[in-house]
Amino acid sequence: MRARLYIRAAGPGVTIQDAGRFGYSRYGVTRAGPMDEAAFAAATRAVGSAAAIEASLGGCTFEAEGATLAVAVAGGAFDIRLDDAKLPPGCFFPLAPGARLTIRAGASGAWCYAAIGARFDLPLALGSLSTHARSGLGPKPLAAGDALPLLDLAPAPHGPCAIEEPWLAPDAAPIRVMLGPQDDYFPPESLEAFLSCEWRVGARSDRMAYALEGPRLAHSRGHDIVSDGAVMGAIQVPGSGAPFVLMADRQPTGGYPKIATVIGADLGRFAQLRTGETVRFRKVDREEAVAARVALKSKMAAGASLTPLAAEMSTEKLLAANLISGVVSGRD
Amino acid sequence: MRYDRPRFLDQGEAALVVEFGDVVDAELNASVLALDKAFLRERPQGVKETTPTYRSLLVHYEPLEVSRDALIDWINAVIAGSDRDEATQNDNDAPGSLRSARDDGAAWIIPCCYDPAIAEDIIEAASLLGLPPTSLAEEHAAAGYRAYMYGFAPGWCYLGGLPETLAITRRLAPRGPTPEGAVLIGGGLSLIATNPMPTGWYVIGRTPERLFSLRRDPPFLVAPGEALRFEPIGAMTFASLDARAAQGEIVARRETAA
Repeated sequence: MRARLYIRAAGPGVTIQDAGRFGYSRYGVTRAGPMDEAAFAAATRAVGSAAAIEASLGGCTFEAEGATLAVAVAGGAFDIRLDDAKLPPGCFFPLAPGARLTIRAGASGAWCYAAIGARFDLPLALGSLSTHARSGLGPKPLAAGDALPLLDLAPAPHGPCAIEEPWLAPDAAPIRVMLGPQDDYFPPESLEAFLSCEWRVGARSDRMAYALEGPRLAHSRGHDIVSDGAVMGAIQVPGSGAPFVLMADRQPTGGYPKIATVIGADLGRFAQLRTGETVRFRKVDREEAVAARVALKSKMAAGASLTPLAAEMSTEKLLAANLISGVVSGRD
Repeated sequence: MRYDRPRFLDQGEAALVVEFGDVVDAELNASVLALDKAFLRERPQGVKETTPTYRSLLVHYEPLEVSRDALIDWINAVIAGSDRDEATQNDNDAPGSLRSARDDGAAWIIPCCYDPAIAEDIIEAASLLGLPPTSLAEEHAAAGYRAYMYGFAPGWCYLGGLPETLAITRRLAPRGPTPEGAVLIGGGLSLIATNPMPTGWYVIGRTPERLFSLRRDPPFLVAPGEALRFEPIGAMTFASLDARAAQGEIVARRETAA
């Protein structure tokens, strides 16, 4: 029987993502790709895959068909269960036919990646497997009953391991931003308010953009610019004065002034915020942003450490081994 | 306004905006695309992707692979070089569909049906402009256009060259999804759309051509910087060309001005 990943249940917004759709922004094509790149990298590296399933707070449930699969999970502090056994939020384990992996919202975090040690036998769209639901590129968001055909299976580990990724350690520090490129469209009071206030992630937040609720930011030179390119993390302020942060599914260009841009090293941490959570921003210069990027990349390059969990998985044994408290730290 | 020298603006630590001015202008856009062409041709180390727009080029780069200073030096050298000698650059671009504008002097001829039965907003737009719908269609089809940039959604192509008499303020609130292949006007520009999306622009025609189709290689027909004209067609011709385009045929053509 051919190896497949069977989707038993999927909440809204469960998609397949690879690194993203590069090179086509010039034709209006969105890059997509993971919301939390570091967590995505942790999961995909553990199994050697190029793509992963990105789950949101709605969660999802998978089963293996036809073969035992190597599976790695990483992301926010989600509730991960292999049948009835609770696994840490970062984990690497064999998924045997008949066993059931369930990913549910946990203590914190908005995105969780499940990488399968295999290649999805699905057609690429413009060189990428990333789902961009709005333009219909890539596979459709996953739904109960889908079965994803798999090729090139990687060997599954003998037993479950906890993945410890120091770069996913919890950090409540303000999100670092570089001002601009259109900070000159705002009066000093708006820049001051942006950097000093506490912001709340609004309900209208999704893979395309996160809305920020707080004071209205006034413009000094109008709120329309001649459209220019926009990156993930760019913070646009439309005429309403309510900022929003462009995320993975953003359009490749935008016509509102961008007051600041979230630095690369803090994008994943920002993405893991949930609706209703609060956040502050701190201004850094380019040197600090590059240094943070170097620090994150070198931590990631050092790789994750795998800690074997109890050979016979059971909640009692895991708790008794006191492993959970040591590794649940992901993003709480 | 076109700047004397481009401005270099950071958009975070991994993207650089090279801004040539702050208006929609053909010459300014040509400067953007000339620089973009150099990136496509030479693919400098550390540069992941470039996004050309009306008046700026967004350069996505990896600062751990190329420094901002080195990138700016390279860009300044390209700009100085292209001012000196534009003729020596041949059209040997990146592979596949990521090509820059053809320099053969030809224009795309895009079939467009302005029949109000298909062009949903033409009567409303004509009334706002104080023109009979037939005059709106004639003026739109008589003008020459330039593909300035893509944006919004895959294959949505923004065109400069709309006659000033057809400049129309966009709707305050977006209308419902546009039909596939909508030809629109709004804010002094024209636009060819692909997939249905809500927009505040006015649908004044429809083309059977697909500016974007995954069934075709290359999937995108028109490169930024290329010239276009519209050729009016009736509803019957639209239906037959639409059926052919649905099979993957290219129904637009390229024509050198007589």
